[in-house]
Amino acid sequence: MKQEVQLMKGNEAIAHAAIRYGVDGYFGYPITPQSEVLETLEALMPWETTGMVVLQAESEVASINMVYGGASTGKAVMTSSSSPGISLMQEGLSYIAAGELPALIVNVMRGGPGLGTIQPSQSDYFQATKGGGHGDYHYIVLAPSTVQEMADFVALGFDLAFKYRTPAMLLADGIVGQMMEKVVLPEQRPRRTDEQIARECPWAVTGRPEGRGPNVLTTLELDSARMEVNNHRYQATYRKIEENEVRYQEYFTDDAEYLFVAFGSIARICLKAIEDARQRGIKVGLLRPITLWPFPTKEIARLAQQVKGIMVVELNAGQMIEDVRLAVEGRVPVHHYGRMGGIVPNPQEVMDSLFANFPDADK
Amino acid sequence: MKPEDIKRSENKVYCKPELLNDTPMHYCPGCSHGVVHKLVSEVIKEMGAEHIAIGVAPVGCAVFAYSYIDIDWIEAAHGRAPAVATGAKRLNPSRLVFTYQGDGDLAAIGTAETIHAANRGENIAIIFINNAIYGMTGGQMAPTTLEGQVTATTPYGRRVDLNGYPLKISNLLAQLPGTCYVTRQAVHTPASVRKAKAAIRKAFENSLAGHGTSVVEIVSTCNSGWKMSPAKSNEWMVEHMFPEYPLGDLKNDTER
Repeated sequence: MKQEVQLMKGNEAIAHAAIRYGVDGYFGYPITPQSEVLETLEALMPWETTGMVVLQAESEVASINMVYGGASTGKAVMTSSSSPGISLMQEGLSYIAAGELPALIVNVMRGGPGLGTIQPSQSDYFQATKGGGHGDYHYIVLAPSTVQEMADFVALGFDLAFKYRTPAMLLADGIVGQMMEKVVLPEQRPRRTDEQIARECPWAVTGRPEGRGPNVLTTLELDSARMEVNNHRYQATYRKIEENEVRYQEYFTDDAEYLFVAFGSIARICLKAIEDARQRGIKVGLLRPITLWPFPTKEIARLAQQVKGIMVVELNAGQMIEDVRLAVEGRVPVHHYGRMGGIVPNPQEVMDSLFANFPDADK
Repeated sequence: MKPEDIKRSENKVYCKPELLNDTPMHYCPGCSHGVVHKLVSEVIKEMGAEHIAIGVAPVGCAVFAYSYIDIDWIEAAHGRAPAVATGAKRLNPSRLVFTYQGDGDLAAIGTAETIHAANRGENIAIIFINNAIYGMTGGQMAPTTLEGQVTATTPYGRRVDLNGYPLKISNLLAQLPGTCYVTRQAVHTPASVRKAKAAIRKAFENSLAGHGTSVVEIVSTCNSGWKMSPAKSNEWMVEHMFPEYPLGDLKNDTER
């Protein structure tokens, strides 16, 4: 079958992909640079076709709690926002993680801290991968680098979220959200029926049918011994996710003497720099983490035995570099090149950063 | 009448509501929560709605409401119950979705969620316990605390120049076109209990009929927080709370 190729923004692709996945509900609040997600959904009126609910909430605090309420009933529910809005959602995210609820949260990052800028950034890496809100928790973090991945990771995020009963975050940046690219949208899937939800999500708060006891979705447990058991259960899920769901892509690593590690849009700029460098005979490769949590620790450790040095390139002051250094365990030098405040470096600047930190690379 | 006659079912005048389970309640003796829990249980059962009911519990004394009433529950973060209920109801329009919240939860930290859920006319019912104090955390000032009322954080009495005025949030909600029914009740006498039960039933029926948001405020006692006996608390409530929060319907617009 011939696939239909369309041209659209990353944010628009998320909206289309959500409808086609059969998402039950979207709750969101406008914030640049991701407002097109809500705008596109409102324009497409999916409540007329698939029955998907779309609601503009009064705040990000309300959005994430609407997600919490909807997800509690076993429905596929999502929200999207950008950095300052995601900060407001941290309380709700902690509850959703503790409630072991599947949900998809999209963060199209902009520069911070504070109100910051509306230009692209990757400065919410720590917040996304280390929990972000209160308590010991993680959730799956997917980092798209293309508009196609913006569309594809909606389905991937929901599939993983339901598989492990955990929230998943699509951690994009303003570049991937705003740029237009070719995309092939997934096939339309039907929304799950209530019968299917009752079967697949026996924990769901749906109204107690005859013959089953009450389902109570709570994150409160005043008995310390039982609360520790809950925590051990969360951690066991996280270990399982770390074991099974690490995703990454390698480029030119077979013979690489130097390695870039970068995610999202900046990984594509690194790739361009690498292609230029390869033409000059410089053996440099790229590892692009697709899951930022779980992090490709083993893969980076393996490459650290092969290369002479690693450059971590990010649109922040140096966040993912901490996870890279933990993976490398001092085997080779790891340096950082980062731009902040919405500045995006060009391929030449990226390559210059390699030469500045590893002069031997420029033979 | 002999004891065995008393036990005969035709002579039964009262029994524990079927949906109220045997978990010992953590509420203080004399607290209004127990009575309101009983009414909610009775109304749901009498409506035959126990299989479609989804309760949203607050943070506050009623945080454990889910431990006592045998229906499905979601425990919300502090103040967020109306947003949580919005998500649950929008995605499950056939369900009876209600929140059960205290004054701190509904009228302080959750004011935005309360006002906007009501302004959207979400088809949910809100049971609002107003005892003018934070019970769970040990008797601190609430938005509904009366002027001059002594609490743990207003040890010399609430001063309006420092702390503002008692917030009549139900009056505010009654102004919104999204609400169909806003009423203020109490549960300190058998007559008031019966009226409160009828109000809860009307609120639940409204939300199933899709009339909009219903709010049942119950002016309540907190004898532990107020540091009075249960009997004295009822007297104090009648004398001081009722003038500030008069009982009765603030809005009854379900025929539209």
